[in-house]
Amino acid sequence: MTNPTDAPTLAASAADGGSAWGAIVAFVQDWPNMWPSLWLGTQDTVYMVVWATLISVLVGLPLGVLLVSTDRGGLTPAPAVRAVLSAVVNIGRSLPFIVLMVAVLSLTRFLVGTTLGPTAAIVPLSIGAIPFFARLVETSLREVDRGVVEAAHAMGTRRFTIVGKVLLPEALPGLIAGLVMTVVALISYSAMAGAIGGGGLGDLAIREGYQRFNDHYLWATVILLIVIVQIAQSIGDLLVRRLSRR
Amino acid sequence: MIDAVGLHKAYRLKKHQVTALDGVDLHVEPGEIFGVVGQSGAGKSTLLRSVNLLERPDAGTVEVAGEELTSLRGARLRAARRNIGMVHQHFALLSSRTVAGNVGFPLEVSGVDRTRRRARVGELLELVGLGDKARAYPAQLSGGQKQRVGIARALASAPQVLLSDEATSALDPATTDSILALLRRLRDELGLTILLITHEMDVIKRICDSAAIMEKGVFLESGRVLDLIGTPGSLLARSLFPLPANGGPETVFITYPRSFDEPFMSELTRRFDVDVNILGGGVEQVAGQSVGRLSVDMRGARRAEALAYLSEHGLLVEEAGK
Repeated sequence: MTNPTDAPTLAASAADGGSAWGAIVAFVQDWPNMWPSLWLGTQDTVYMVVWATLISVLVGLPLGVLLVSTDRGGLTPAPAVRAVLSAVVNIGRSLPFIVLMVAVLSLTRFLVGTTLGPTAAIVPLSIGAIPFFARLVETSLREVDRGVVEAAHAMGTRRFTIVGKVLLPEALPGLIAGLVMTVVALISYSAMAGAIGGGGLGDLAIREGYQRFNDHYLWATVILLIVIVQIAQSIGDLLVRRLSRR
Repeated sequence: MIDAVGLHKAYRLKKHQVTALDGVDLHVEPGEIFGVVGQSGAGKSTLLRSVNLLERPDAGTVEVAGEELTSLRGARLRAARRNIGMVHQHFALLSSRTVAGNVGFPLEVSGVDRTRRRARVGELLELVGLGDKARAYPAQLSGGQKQRVGIARALASAPQVLLSDEATSALDPATTDSILALLRRLRDELGLTILLITHEMDVIKRICDSAAIMEKGVFLESGRVLDLIGTPGSLLARSLFPLPANGGPETVFITYPRSFDEPFMSELTRRFDVDVNILGGGVEQVAGQSVGRLSVDMRGARRAEALAYLSEHGLLVEEAGK
C-alpha cells in the first residue's frame, strides 16, 4: 500500500484481466460469511445420507438376497415370490426421485410428523435407495461361482449358513462397491430433497443460490458436494481393494 | 460301499426332454477306485451328483456305507453328506478365505470348535503337502495346489467316500500325475473309497481298479479294469489301445491281459509256419499290471491252429473279420 506503483497495477488487472479472477477473489472473501450455514448444510446432508444408507442396507440387503435365492436354481426357488418382489423393486426403480418424494409425502408425515427438514427427508431417501441397493446386491450375489455354492451343499451346509458364510463373504467386494454407488446416489437425491425443504446442501443451493441469485452459495455447495462424493468413493475403493482376494 | 440301483433322471430343457440317467446300476466296493468315463453329456456328472443327492434321481435308490440316502431329507441328508467328500473340477474354493479357512469350512459348519478345527486343518494340509500354505489365499496358488486344498477340504470330516468330479481336467499333465498319485496314496493310507468321473482314458488307466464306460445315460460296460480288458469286444480295451483300423480280413487283435515271458510271435512262426506282420500295438501299465494289445496280419495254412494256441495260453484273440 505504501508503494504508489502497486495499486494501479492491481486495479488494472482486476478490471481488464477479465472479471473471472475478481469473481474468484470475491468468492473466497465471501467464504467465511457463508461458512456457518454451509457447515450446517453439510451436517444435514451427511445426517440424511448416513441414516438413509443404514436403512437401505438393512432392508435392501435381505431383499437382494431374497431376489437371488427365490430365483430358479437358487437356494429356495419360489418363482411367484420372486415375481412379486421383482415387480415391487421395479416400481421403486422406475419413479424419478423427485416424483417419489412428493408421492410419499403422506407416509413421511405419518412416520415423522412433518414433511420438512432432514429427518423427514430420510423417509423418501430410504424408499428411493432400497430398491436401487437391492438390485446391486442381486447383481453381486449372482456373480458368486455356482460351483462354490454346490460345494457347500455337498459339505452338508444349511441354506441359511450358505448365505452367511458363502454368498455374502464371496460377494463382499461387489457389495461394498454397490454400497458406495448407493451412497453417491443418496447424496444426489439428498440435494434434490432440498427442493421441497428437506434441508442440507441442496436446500441451501436452491434457497440461497437459485431463489436469491447468490452465485457464491451455488458454487460453495457444488464444491462441498463434490468433496463429499470424492471422500465416499475413495473410502469405498480402498475397502474394495483391501477386501478383494481374487 | 456305494450301491446305486436303477437310477433314472430326466431334465426338461425348453420343449424337449433330456435323459441324463437311463437305468444305471453302480456298485463300488470298499477301498476301490471306480472310474466312470464318457463324453460330455453322457450323464457322468448327473450320476456323480446322484450319489450325494445334489441331484435327486427320478427313480432308483442310492445307498452309501449301508445308509439309504434317497429316503433322507433335511438335517439327516446333510449329516449323511458329511460322510461323502467331493472334489470339483474347478476347485470351488472360497476366494474370500485362506487355505486354512477353506479346509476348515466343513468342520465349521458341522460345529467343530476352533481349537480342534485348527489341529485338524494342520493335519490335513500336511497330508496333501501344503503345510506351509495355510495363510495363503486361493488366488495365490497354482491349479495343482488349489486342487490339493480341495482334496484336503473334502477329507476334513473324515469321510469314507470321496467323489471326484473331473478333478484333474483343468490341470496340466504333470500336475494331473501328482494329483492322481495323491488320490491313490490317500486310498491306500485312509482306506477311502473313490468314485471318479473323467473324460480322460488316462485317468482310468492310471488309478482305477474298476471302471464303467458311459454313453447316453447308460453303462455300456462296467467291471474290474483288468477283467474288462480281457473281455472280447471290450470298448475299454479298444479305447486304451487305439490301434489302426486299416487291417484286412487277415488282421487279428491280440490282447495280453498280463505280462508274459514266452516269445509267442516267434513260437507261432516256428510251430505253425504262419507269417506274422505287426501292424500296431502298445503296452500300458493298467491297474498296476503290464497289459498289451497287438494288431497283426497273420497268413498261412495253419492260421486257425496258431490262433487256438494263443488262446490256450491266456491271450485274447479277436479276428477282424468276425
